[in-house]
Amino acid sequence: MKVAVFASAAVIALAAGMGAAVARDQIQVAGSSTVLPYAKIVAETFGETYPDFKTPVVESGGSGAGIKQFCEGVGEDKIDIANSSRSMKADELESCKTAGVTDVQEVKFGYDGIVFATDIAGPDFAIQPVDIYKALAAKLVMDGKLVDNPYTKWNEVNPAFPAWDIAAYIPGEKHGTREVFETKVLDAGCDKAALEAAGVAKDDVTKTCHAVRKDGKAVDIDGDYTETLARIDANKTGVGVFGLSFYENNADKLKVATVGGVVPSVDSVASGEYPVSRPLFFYVKKAHIGVIPGLKEYVEFFLSDEMVGPDSPLAEYGLVPAPDAERDAARAAFEAGTTM
Amino acid sequence: MTDSALAPSAMAAPAAQRRDFGLKRRHASEARFRFYGITAIVIGLAFLIILFVSIISKGYTAFVQTSITVPVEFSEQIIDKNNERATDPLKLRAANYPLVARNAVAAFLGIDPTDKAAMKAAGDLVSDSSRVQLREIVQADPSIVGQTRTVTLLASGDIDSANKGQIDLSVAEANRKVSDKQLELLNQLKEKGAVSMPFNWGLLTFGASSRPESAGLGVALIGSLFMMLVVLIVSLPIGVAASIYLEEFARKNRFTDLIEVNINNLAAVPSIVFGLLGLAVFINFFGMPRSAPIVGGLVLSLMTLPTIIIATRAALRSVPPSIRTAALGVGASKTQMVFDHVLPLAVPGILTGTIIGLARALGETAPLLLIGMVAFVADMPQNPLQPATALPVQIFMWTNEAERAFVERTSGAIIVLLVFLAIMNITAIVLRRRFERRW
Repeated sequence: MKVAVFASAAVIALAAGMGAAVARDQIQVAGSSTVLPYAKIVAETFGETYPDFKTPVVESGGSGAGIKQFCEGVGEDKIDIANSSRSMKADELESCKTAGVTDVQEVKFGYDGIVFATDIAGPDFAIQPVDIYKALAAKLVMDGKLVDNPYTKWNEVNPAFPAWDIAAYIPGEKHGTREVFETKVLDAGCDKAALEAAGVAKDDVTKTCHAVRKDGKAVDIDGDYTETLARIDANKTGVGVFGLSFYENNADKLKVATVGGVVPSVDSVASGEYPVSRPLFFYVKKAHIGVIPGLKEYVEFFLSDEMVGPDSPLAEYGLVPAPDAERDAARAAFEAGTTM
Repeated sequence: MTDSALAPSAMAAPAAQRRDFGLKRRHASEARFRFYGITAIVIGLAFLIILFVSIISKGYTAFVQTSITVPVEFSEQIIDKNNERATDPLKLRAANYPLVARNAVAAFLGIDPTDKAAMKAAGDLVSDSSRVQLREIVQADPSIVGQTRTVTLLASGDIDSANKGQIDLSVAEANRKVSDKQLELLNQLKEKGAVSMPFNWGLLTFGASSRPESAGLGVALIGSLFMMLVVLIVSLPIGVAASIYLEEFARKNRFTDLIEVNINNLAAVPSIVFGLLGLAVFINFFGMPRSAPIVGGLVLSLMTLPTIIIATRAALRSVPPSIRTAALGVGASKTQMVFDHVLPLAVPGILTGTIIGLARALGETAPLLLIGMVAFVADMPQNPLQPATALPVQIFMWTNEAERAFVERTSGAIIVLLVFLAIMNITAIVLRRRFERRW
């Protein structure tokens, strides 16, 4: 028993003293769950290709949480890269700078499409942004007055739709995807002039456009797309919002809806024809380059055409590659060390 | 006499009536209670069975893995065209091994090398992890370059799912990950007897991977093992020492009452709180590495301590006072009494409490989220300071994967976790049965 007491005391003392002394030799990444699958593929291939470096550790937890961790400071116990499915906000950059993370390199590595999908047995949905807005907004302008959303069935919104009860599974507010959903779908479907005419203050118009009904017809999904898929599985008349890559991996269970008459695909998103897409980013702590072994090589490897080009493993998984010129520009900007 | 004889019988008659009164109702109430009890057990069992059936029916296929055995030609033309391997060993590392694997499958099936589509389909049959597998063969024995050896390659995740019937093949070809061409090639391979379904050792030995076929619980198992070791080393001695002092030596006053209330409270604190504490103290203050099992272990130790203390105190208390007074009576000191007489009798109870505490710690995810252990970790940790994950974390990570082949692996991982928990709990019961003394 005495031995055990001494052993445990030794372990605690050792742990406390040792922690600071260990030099980190693998890259630490955290952030968006949308970027996670891509980052994992790159990290794994990086570890397999470069014998001298360890495979980077990629944490998930969401864009916001990742950026918050990223902005905690500089040092070996802080992460090196934050993945994000949206660009860093001004106040986030501000908090980074206050914490001493002054040099942040922004890297845009590709695009992701956002699709609407129903159960595979469902009918064809041809969605316009205005349909989604009418079905899901909290308040609508009817006869010049702002009223609570009265629609309960899809065919009331648009006679071409089936007579299903409205049940939409949309990304929760902590997701980067939500922002894209708001700006690319709700904003696009929202008639701002009509709102102002109905007496909404000018400053509140965008907020009103983005407000989603809270009566249970639009369900926020705070988990991942697998949760959305499970909801659609359980409710065959539900409509879910997915990432393009997730849909492509589950195309035998889901039927995708067209938006503005365009079928979402890697090609239609890359050409800009399909309207609902967003860029994917990661942020690199410049102060860690040269300190953490392999960080520079990892970013360069990530940006190489082998990884994010048109025939790359990421494109195969569902990433929409950026145009050639944009990829070249991203590589050049990282090489030059451009910071935000 | 007659009066006194009469009196009891006169009194007994109504008393007997009263005893009969309500008997039926009381019997009925007992029957009702028994019925409620059985219903509760049946409902509980039904949920358990639903859980097991759903997990096992989804997960048992994860324990086999579709593999393709073909003769692989380690072509010098592909691996080392200019014969530089003697001077530049990196050549063997960076060679295009997936191409070697693709050509092996194509040659086995007799596919015309100019048929690009068929060649691509053949290449997609085997996992990209063949890159590492073939490279290791070549690096272990560079003389193999230019020769042919029969190698068992992992089939890619989608092919594996299709072979196990988990992909709906009735939908349009464009809507599924496996093309008709691939299925045709797979069937040809099957006819030639090249497709086998061996036990999936990789599920237990591989690290995390973005490819389902080469993803395994290896890192998670080692991480969980390291954490359990840390928990055992840290919390067992501290917990036992604290409870012996509190139970046998400390005076009962307000202060020790306060400590007791606090310990009981700590046992009920949500585990995420311990994660926050771990982040603030171990990582931010002591500067310990992120994602490391030692930090996870320390956090889980904090969580397990109250459980161990409560169990140990109960075990100590259940030792009859006669043992203590007898020891003191023959002249033992208080320390001798505790360590030579009371503690040995309390050991089974302490062990049971510890194992149950460990089992709870083994199943925790929430506190690990904040210290960076919910992560993609591909490299095996060599010591508790290197990044690792834990079993329940790996289950959580796989749940969020898009590929179909991860569905069965998630359930497979749950089965593995359940087996470990069952082993621990059975050990606890066996220890208790074996060593427990009844007074």
